[in-house]
Amino acid sequence: MSLQLMTYLVVGATFAVYIAIAIKARATSTGEFYVAGKGVHPILNGMATGADWMSAASFISMAGLIAFNGYDASVYLMGWTGGYCLLAMLLAPYLRKHGKFTVPAFIGDRYYSNTARLVAVVCLITASLTYVIGQMKGIGVAFSRFLEMPYEYGLFIGMAIVFVYAVLGGMKGITYTQIAQYCVLIFAYTVPAIFISLQLTGNPVPQLGLGSTMTDGTYLLDKLDIILVDLGFAAYTAQKGSTLDMALLTLSLMIGTAGLPHVIARFFTVPKVKDARFSAGWALVFIALLYTTAPAVGAMARLNLMNTIQTDEVGSPEGNLSYEERPTWFMNWEKTGLLQFEDKNNDGKIQYYGPGEEFAAKAASYGWQGNEMVKVDRDIMVLANPEIAGLPNWVIALVAAGGIAAALSTAAGLLLAIASAISHDLLKSVFAPNMDDKTELMASRFSMAGAIVVAGYLGLNPPGFAAQVVALAFGLAASSLFPVLMMGIFSKRMNRAGAICGMLAGLGSTLLYIFIYKGWFFFQATAMLPDNPANWLFGISPGSFGAVGALFNFAVAFIVAWSTAPPPKHIQQMVENLRIPN
Amino acid sequence: MADNTSAAQYWKANIRLVIGCLIVWFVVSYGCGILFAESLNSIRLGGYKLGFWFAQQGSIYTFVFLIFFYAIRMNQLDRKFNVEEK
Repeated sequence: MSLQLMTYLVVGATFAVYIAIAIKARATSTGEFYVAGKGVHPILNGMATGADWMSAASFISMAGLIAFNGYDASVYLMGWTGGYCLLAMLLAPYLRKHGKFTVPAFIGDRYYSNTARLVAVVCLITASLTYVIGQMKGIGVAFSRFLEMPYEYGLFIGMAIVFVYAVLGGMKGITYTQIAQYCVLIFAYTVPAIFISLQLTGNPVPQLGLGSTMTDGTYLLDKLDIILVDLGFAAYTAQKGSTLDMALLTLSLMIGTAGLPHVIARFFTVPKVKDARFSAGWALVFIALLYTTAPAVGAMARLNLMNTIQTDEVGSPEGNLSYEERPTWFMNWEKTGLLQFEDKNNDGKIQYYGPGEEFAAKAASYGWQGNEMVKVDRDIMVLANPEIAGLPNWVIALVAAGGIAAALSTAAGLLLAIASAISHDLLKSVFAPNMDDKTELMASRFSMAGAIVVAGYLGLNPPGFAAQVVALAFGLAASSLFPVLMMGIFSKRMNRAGAICGMLAGLGSTLLYIFIYKGWFFFQATAMLPDNPANWLFGISPGSFGAVGALFNFAVAFIVAWSTAPPPKHIQQMVENLRIPN
Repeated sequence: MADNTSAAQYWKANIRLVIGCLIVWFVVSYGCGILFAESLNSIRLGGYKLGFWFAQQGSIYTFVFLIFFYAIRMNQLDRKFNVEEK
């Protein structure tokens, strides 16, 4: 069976499952629409959180980043998992105890202020909307590569599917669909990894395979280090960037994870406080399955890529793959423009090497005139991986379905967070407090549909900054929402003025820092300083600034709160109540 | 609801537990995975250099362990201070 037909079948089958689940799990009340009636088992909720959390970035991009950055990419691995510790210990159980439907609702209650609630709505919508654009783009790209249809069609189909199950099912439908999507995506991620680990090391567990020996007796990671250094790249396991920036980026991603509203909202769906704690643990178990596999996928993909091109000893006449003999996957990805070869010295062979100065002299003596793999897009590694390893077509089709599942599940969670902020926090609490349950349910369905259309439109005209957008989403969540949520629970003294000033200071400073280097509202022409380490303040990259923004948020909030009146008695009593489960 | 002094003690015990867990959280990820990764790299765990292993594998396993440890200890505290949900 051809790859394309196979992909249609596999992707089509998964879609049929999602729709069937959505029809069975239709939401009939606002409680079911926002928080699935608070009746989701903690393990199932953990699985849904895993799918909600792991987006196209985790599924498609992360292993590619690891493959090309080696040790330095550990920040994503630690940052995107360590946040769950903060979530489980500092936020989830208490927010569940509070028992409201949305994050802004908690902030509004705790800081006895509709202004605080509105500022939280703004933070939530900015963070979620920027994040969802990236997901929409991921869906479009996956469709256009695997189903060979235009990007726009892929995007429309993705929007239609999300529309059906998210608008109909609300949180209830989304939760049960996400459980199915988790199964699809983890299966799609681990199956090729197991195959490749077996091929290279004979060990079927990728986590162990990465630390094992290859058939020639050398350790896989050592071999990779040697090959890369021999070719003028930095060693895979060595650190390349600055330690401060690594630590700050890890911290930003961790706090951002704990502050992202669509993830927090998942913990509103479990029956008890106890379940919220365990559910965070289960979520991390399901996430860790993919996150501990990713380093193996990255390293093995890099090794396979190097071995494909460097067929014999470096510098020997037969050392490089001849362009004429390039494999099919190479040609397929060349068509997308994400992989580009340029025969600089006209010898018909592919020379792929790194920028190391020492190696440059050697390369010149071989008659090489520069690295000829002029473009190897990191995002193609996971998708191309099974093809590079020569795995059967059904595995490749499965990876396509997995990537789409990852993007769809995250998009749905984000859209729900946006819709509930609009219908529950904006309409119901500010403009139409007398709205009955039925009207509110209708309003949330309409805002969901509206959010899908806006996200789709932005996905059609992406400002061309997928990676920056993700950094901004995390920076925003880290610097605006996490600190006020945490202080709302752990400090009885924190008051309205402190929280509002804190949120604005965190949000403002982070936005400012990002815009200075990335351009105002991401129009690159308006950037005020070139975006490189020499210009960064203390070598802090814009993506890592969320941690500093969070620090500003804490500092400003404390100064303002301690110089104004303490919160009223009943609020302090409310905080006392939050702290005990019963 | 429990009376005020026992509620305060429960909260204190909770904070102590959280701080303990977060110290481990910090040492494993920022300590072993980033700050001291290079010195730890001279020790090996099979094919892994130890600092590299902590950064790409070990820290994640520790995070999972920490959350379950915290959840189980909190359940015990809930029972001890009689604040369990009905």
